[in-house]
Amino acid sequence: MLDFVELLRFSAPVGLAAAGEAVGQRAGVLNIGLEGVMLGAAFASVITAQHFGPWAGLAVGIAIGLGAALLQALFVLTLAADQVVVGTAVNLLALGLTNTLFQRTFGATGALISVEKLPQFGPGLDAGILLLLVSVGGLGWLVFRSKWGLAVRAAGEEPKAAAAAGWSVLRLRLQAMLIAGGLAGAAGAYLGVGIAGSFSQNMTAGRGFVAIAMVTFGRWKPAWAVGASLLVGLAELFQFRLQAMSSGLPPQLFTALPYAFALAVLVLVGRSSQAPAALALPYRRPR
Amino acid sequence: MKSALLAVVGLGAILTLVLALFGLDVGQSLGYLFQGGLGSEAGIARTLVKAAPLLLCALGLAIAWRAGMFNIGGEGQYVAGALCGAALFRLAPGLPPGVLNPLILVATVLGGMAVAWAAAVLQVKRGVQVVISTILINFLVAEAAGWAVRGPLQEPKGALPKTETLPNEVMLQRFNPQTDLHSGVFLAVVAALVVWAFLFRSKAGFQLRVTGASPTAARASRIPAERRQVQAMLWSGGLCGLAGGIDYLGVVGSVSDGFSQNWGFLAIPVALLGMLHPAGIALSALFFGFLLAGSDRLASRTDVGASIVFVVQAAAVLAYVAYAAWRERRQEASHA
Repeated sequence: MLDFVELLRFSAPVGLAAAGEAVGQRAGVLNIGLEGVMLGAAFASVITAQHFGPWAGLAVGIAIGLGAALLQALFVLTLAADQVVVGTAVNLLALGLTNTLFQRTFGATGALISVEKLPQFGPGLDAGILLLLVSVGGLGWLVFRSKWGLAVRAAGEEPKAAAAAGWSVLRLRLQAMLIAGGLAGAAGAYLGVGIAGSFSQNMTAGRGFVAIAMVTFGRWKPAWAVGASLLVGLAELFQFRLQAMSSGLPPQLFTALPYAFALAVLVLVGRSSQAPAALALPYRRPR
Repeated sequence: MKSALLAVVGLGAILTLVLALFGLDVGQSLGYLFQGGLGSEAGIARTLVKAAPLLLCALGLAIAWRAGMFNIGGEGQYVAGALCGAALFRLAPGLPPGVLNPLILVATVLGGMAVAWAAAVLQVKRGVQVVISTILINFLVAEAAGWAVRGPLQEPKGALPKTETLPNEVMLQRFNPQTDLHSGVFLAVVAALVVWAFLFRSKAGFQLRVTGASPTAARASRIPAERRQVQAMLWSGGLCGLAGGIDYLGVVGSVSDGFSQNWGFLAIPVALLGMLHPAGIALSALFFGFLLAGSDRLASRTDVGASIVFVVQAAAVLAYVAYAAWRERRQEASHA
């Protein structure tokens, strides 16, 4: 039996990250470092939750996402550096930091950390699922119905036009990056204190990259990107169920499912004229 | 010369800072790093052996990036190469070592190429960005490898999840039984020269660089941009596959889950900090090879290990990016 709440829970990490990344990409900022931000947030949230409980963990995870967005903005906005290069550096930084700190803190004992998870209410709902549902509607409205959203889309399509209309392209991009970063942080934290209640090395396991693929599949619409993430969640859920049934098929076939699915949809949707025209292009303020 | 000096000072400062931030005794830790990476003949050999796959992967990535193909799939191409090499050994274990060894190397090149080619064609034909597809393919290759070393390629006893260990005669030549140095290191140096000649002395290499700088300009001057991009990915995958090959034939002798120690990822900053030029890449591969060799010693004496190299790399890339932006800005100001 397919449990819809369970599906939402499995989809939430990719979904939250994809919803935020859709906003960021609409503004013209591609964040290859999404994976690293999620990983860093997952680690920080679990460490925090150990001492101060899951809510503090979630908050710190979001703060990590916002902080990472500010750091990346310094490079890709202020210094107009290559977004792919900076994103790659963020991934390396997160992997190196979490691995080193994890080994230092827990490596010696080898003990598994286990922290209290976010409380559930109703039919198994929790803060992460609610945030996902809110962001589906909220971000859609923000991007497509608000004046700010129009300006953000202009900043990603034709930055010069946005600037000519009196908007600051860099500020719009920073704001979009903060939304994307905050949600990426929430996504990582939810993985840590919402689903697993624990941290293991490289626990995001490519979900950040899959989220980027889902943004493309979702045609840069936050709600559609979340919808696409439900399919990834389904693949993950499917994987657990099938593994539990011991079908005799190699387990790697199931672990590979989300990645294969992400790649397949990218091949299927192909080249898109709907991609923001100025995606990943640095913007320099004319002087 | 000035920039090389700046790089050395900058990297030294970053390394010191990172060690201090992790709360280590900086002097003592630097001592461990130098002992492990340069302190003895064995240490220097370790540094060279670690630098070789970094050099090969980074050369491959540099060719792709110069053509505008942001290949992040070095890791997958590296593993795919080694797997193909292991598959060949499985198919024809009886061949004379003198034939088998080069054949395995060719197989590793082809394996890396095949994986990179798939990503290249997906971008050229279907518009799937290489920067995303190669990452996803990395995961797929990792899963495929996990399956293969427990399935069709598992060692005959079937006890461990790894491929059959190569007999010594098939392995690459070692020069001194006391050290790890193997002939694959020289192969990597030759590859650097070949890549340099291809990029800067051949017509195809020139067209490849034009394509990366501006695909529109390339097409306007009748350069077959798509073909150059696919070609760049073939080089890229071949070199990353070869990196897997020399590690398989030179160091490990078998393929298992943990076969690649993130070489494909570690190579990305090596290529960037080497400014995508073979000479620069050779220097940065040596530096990070040293750091990796040294961090083994550091890990045995402190609770900090090779993961610290990632942190140093990330900081170095960000510092380099900031420096380049600052220099560009200053040049603009002086022209205005």
